[in-house]
Amino acid sequence: MQTNPQSELAPAQNGKYAIQTNNLAIYYGDFRAVKEVNLNIEPRRITAIIGPSGCGKTTVLRAFNRMNELIPSVRTEGEVIFGGRNIYEREVDPVEVRRRIGMVFQKPNPFPKSIFENIAWGARINGFKGNMNQLVEDTLKSAALWDEVNDKLEQSGLSLSGGQQQRLCIARAIAVKPDIILMDEPCSALDPIATLRIEELMRDLAKEYTIIIVTHNMQQAARVSDYTAFFSLSEDGKRSGMLMEYGDTKTMFTNPKQKLTEDYITGRFG
Amino acid sequence: MSTLRKRREFIESEQQLAARHTKGKIWLAAFQIALLVGVLVLVVLLLTIINTSFGYSAVENEVDPENLAVNGVPLEELPQEALVEILTQNISAGLFARFESEQPVAERPAEELYDLIQEHVISPQVKESWNLVDSLTRRGEILAVIETKYPEAELKFFSWVNWDFVRSQQSSHPEIAGIRTAILGSVWTIAIAIFFSLPVGIAAAIYLQDYAPDNFINRVIQTNINNLAGVPSIIYGILGLAIFVRAFGFFTSGIAFGAADPSTANGRTIVSAGLTLGILVLPLVIINAQEAIKAVPNSLREAGFGLGATRWQTVWSHVLPNALPGVLTGSILAVSRAIGETAPLIVIGASTFIQVDPGGPFSKFTTLPAQIYQWTVRPQGAFHNIAAAASLVLLVLLLALNATAILLRNRYSRRY
Repeated sequence: MQTNPQSELAPAQNGKYAIQTNNLAIYYGDFRAVKEVNLNIEPRRITAIIGPSGCGKTTVLRAFNRMNELIPSVRTEGEVIFGGRNIYEREVDPVEVRRRIGMVFQKPNPFPKSIFENIAWGARINGFKGNMNQLVEDTLKSAALWDEVNDKLEQSGLSLSGGQQQRLCIARAIAVKPDIILMDEPCSALDPIATLRIEELMRDLAKEYTIIIVTHNMQQAARVSDYTAFFSLSEDGKRSGMLMEYGDTKTMFTNPKQKLTEDYITGRFG
Repeated sequence: MSTLRKRREFIESEQQLAARHTKGKIWLAAFQIALLVGVLVLVVLLLTIINTSFGYSAVENEVDPENLAVNGVPLEELPQEALVEILTQNISAGLFARFESEQPVAERPAEELYDLIQEHVISPQVKESWNLVDSLTRRGEILAVIETKYPEAELKFFSWVNWDFVRSQQSSHPEIAGIRTAILGSVWTIAIAIFFSLPVGIAAAIYLQDYAPDNFINRVIQTNINNLAGVPSIIYGILGLAIFVRAFGFFTSGIAFGAADPSTANGRTIVSAGLTLGILVLPLVIINAQEAIKAVPNSLREAGFGLGATRWQTVWSHVLPNALPGVLTGSILAVSRAIGETAPLIVIGASTFIQVDPGGPFSKFTTLPAQIYQWTVRPQGAFHNIAAAASLVLLVLLLALNATAILLRNRYSRRY
């Protein structure tokens, strides 16, 4: 798909960070859920966000494509730099941001439409004019789903198994050719085998896409991610989530700089 | 806490187990009784209507139809010319002149002449009518009463609700009066109410549910909609009278569109009634549609937004199709409330006696419930019978509407 010429966001470039945050802080009403997040996400790599419950992992993830705005009470401070500018600037259209930064949710949520339509819809609403059959086939192949569904494209997306549904959701996300795919605990509702298939798929997709994944599963972070960001609650009594440590996964899991990270990774809390 | 004490505490609660079960059973019985009362009331209602809709009547004809037969050919089989003859001979000159001025009698079709003869020559009169239970159990007594009180009369079993009743127009003789005009009036007003309230209501629900920010003004609007749903219908009638009949009379009478004669027309028309009913059900439609839209899982909206869809694209492609069965069911149920409304229509000016079928939105009208109301306040017993019969027809109409709602819901829900 062509990049929208009206876009105010520059196309992704090699050698730079895929997306960066600058002193990102997010509030739910008066409550500051996360603060002082400074993350530089490497392009075409998988970055895992880990941390104990309630530390704002998902909130940060949803800040990357302005998904938090759908919750009325949320307020965002700081910057998220993508395509050369802060996506929270007034002139930036969240619709364009979300087209460029796709999302896969915790619970598989295919549209209650046919498998074909699940893939085609996103492309169509974004003005795709090419060969739709080809796009659907290519997309499903990239999502390692084609062999399982090519004979039942007209069946409802909901007729698939949980793992297939989640891969359909990933396929749906890559059909609009985003730069970044956000995944919010994509395997938490799946069995270990389905999880493994998603992880394989993620490794595959990382050749082309930048992936940021929130996970509760430390083994998963260790298995699939290139970089890991560890979030935890601040200890100033206000219980805001904050970025504790960020680095490449191997170092994080073998030689963490902070005691807290080590405690979490080794399962002493969390 | 010692183990012993813990155990004793649980022994106590085991003794209470039976009491807990008893309590549960008492509540269950209460719920069942409540249901029974409800069902009983409905059954009594239905039986009363049916009881009044059928039964024996003593009918006295002014002229025996057998006397009108020509050469042994019964009245209903006579040719048109013979009927013209009979009618001319048997009615007063004044009445004949009136018929002539409406349409020359000699040119009228046979069925119409037959109806006129029925009404004005034979002129059957129900002297007394009995309900279904009495007719079945006390036939002997009824026959005795007729013989002593109405020696001229004939005992006939009436099914007051019948095809002729549904098909005939209003008449001052209950035996031949029908509800065609009222049914058509009801259908017209409801159609206008649907065409007004459904689009407006669904659009408002979409706005309130998927667009409106959660602020003071919108909360006030929401509260007001909820309250409006409970406003007595007569108040909507007064509103309709003030706005549609009076203020916009120029339009609702049809004068503005050249559809009515400016010297006689007024705003007491079908379109005024339909719009009033539309406003009456609008809050209900909005609330029902909102509930249906609210029931669409948020994950679907997020999925849409996550793909770079605008809000409208998400609403149109995912929220609305999934909410549609619920919206339709709720709306039809709301509209079926309107079909039974009487008070606002009487305020608007449903005609008390009208024989002309409504021909368009600017016609005078009456509706089924208004017709029923007018018949029940008449002193003659037979009018009560046809009021009951009309109630049966109204109930059937309601059932049909509600069945449509269920069918639509089942049809559309199966897709997903």
